[in-house]
Amino acid sequence: MSGTMHTGPIVRVRNLVRRFTVKGVLNGLDLDIAPGEFIALLGRSGSGKSTLLRAIADLDHEATGSGDLFVPERISVVFQDSRLLPWRRLIDNVILGLRGSDARERGLKALAEVGLAGRETAWPHELSGGEQQRVALARSLVRDPELLLADEPFGALDALTRIKMHGLVKRLVSIHNPAVLLVTHDVDEAIALADRIIVLDQGVIVADLPNAHHDDDIEQLEHTAATRRLLLRHLGVGHDGRALAPEAVDAAH
Amino acid sequence: MASTAELLHPPFPKHPGPLPGLGYHRPRPVLETMPTVPPLQRGKYRLGLPRAWTYGWLLGPAMLLAYWAVGSTSGFIDSRILPAPWVAVTTGIDLLQDGRLHHNVLVSALRAAQGLFFGATLGVAVAFLSGLSLVGGYLFDSVIQLKRAIPTLALIPFFILWFGVGETMKVTMIGVFVFLPIYVHTHNALRGIDLRFVELAETMRISYLEYLRHVVLPGALPGIMLGLRFGVMAAWVSLVVVEQINTTSGIGYMINLARNYAQSDVMLVGLLLYAVLGLASDFAVRLVERKVLSWRRTLGQ
Repeated sequence: MSGTMHTGPIVRVRNLVRRFTVKGVLNGLDLDIAPGEFIALLGRSGSGKSTLLRAIADLDHEATGSGDLFVPERISVVFQDSRLLPWRRLIDNVILGLRGSDARERGLKALAEVGLAGRETAWPHELSGGEQQRVALARSLVRDPELLLADEPFGALDALTRIKMHGLVKRLVSIHNPAVLLVTHDVDEAIALADRIIVLDQGVIVADLPNAHHDDDIEQLEHTAATRRLLLRHLGVGHDGRALAPEAVDAAH
Repeated sequence: MASTAELLHPPFPKHPGPLPGLGYHRPRPVLETMPTVPPLQRGKYRLGLPRAWTYGWLLGPAMLLAYWAVGSTSGFIDSRILPAPWVAVTTGIDLLQDGRLHHNVLVSALRAAQGLFFGATLGVAVAFLSGLSLVGGYLFDSVIQLKRAIPTLALIPFFILWFGVGETMKVTMIGVFVFLPIYVHTHNALRGIDLRFVELAETMRISYLEYLRHVVLPGALPGIMLGLRFGVMAAWVSLVVVEQINTTSGIGYMINLARNYAQSDVMLVGLLLYAVLGLASDFAVRLVERKVLSWRRTLGQ
């Protein structure tokens, strides 16, 4: 548990504008993220979803812009690639920059949590892509973040590994309870993981849906199907998989 | 349906058959006729041999030596142009016996080591200043590129004016020779550090010192080691230049003296000494390189 008690949102974005980044812009975007809230951020490429994540992560040095951005102290980022330092063993990657005499112990525990106990002295290149991404997850969670930012973290993984990663992320998030902002292009991933799904288009939020998880299988199936259809329409994809006309997408918004 | 014979001797895998001229060939049981599977070959984009040879790096020098020896024995190489390899050995032994050789080697090695130490330390330090900050780059990089365009040999008169003709000038000179390749390679490696890891360090909010230690230094180490290999060689090679000036000892002095008296055998000993010392020190650096870069997966491994 993070242990921090917040009364208000831990992230507050007001009228955020970002321009001249490599791709994607933000046009006066507002967003609040509550403590422990799991948000999936969907959007077509160039919609600004990665731009928003990089703005919150303070990685957008090359951008110009305006607006207010309040973010928590402890933020961890998981990238699409694991970004493990190839010259450091797993444990040293996990505890990189961690302070305190119990750092190593915490690192070992974090590795065990992602199912990699006993592999602490392995080199990153000895691991599969999925395993590397699990180490990246351990590295971000061992810092006990208030906010976990994830930029298409499973985008490079095969379908089966991705489903297993979803289960792992759900488990770990319920243990550590950070707020999560997950950028993804995968509608099913968003429905499987998030409490709230946000769709971005041309730098503004065009849809903001709660995403409940139902215990009843039938209810869950119906919810999934309906949410999926709605989200796809926002993303410009018709129910038969055809691209929607711009007017139709605007109407959906 | 396959016949019993076919089962025992299936058409595949094909038996190579009797060797021509060996006469009657007794058919063998199936298992024996199975061709033994050759060890897995490396792909055609790999470096060739199935396994690395332990002393493979000696092959080239050994071939060169063999060519030289055969050429000298057969008279193909005139002994006035190039003395035979064994002449170098006997002259070397003579020089050792009268005590000149190891004195000269020791003096030279000390000079080279001092120059290497100062040149390498300064090279890495300045490369970090100019590689990791724009202002540092503006201050140092162009100046050093300017220096690269000026032959170090042409600076000798000035170095004598500034540092005299003693050891200080010699060590400084060697240091300059060593500095340049180490600076260039280190600077290049620093500017080439993967931006993804820099971003990671930013999100981790590690201190600048930790960033240097965990990201920058290991990331630039391949370049630093390459620079060091050039630097070590430069230290030895520069001896022949600096030991022409006001010296009475050193390998370079020995070679120059021999040149004045047309003692080609002594010159040869000096050259071979350079070769052996250079090869040995390069080997030492590569050993260190392999140790500190053990995390790498490259074609060369």
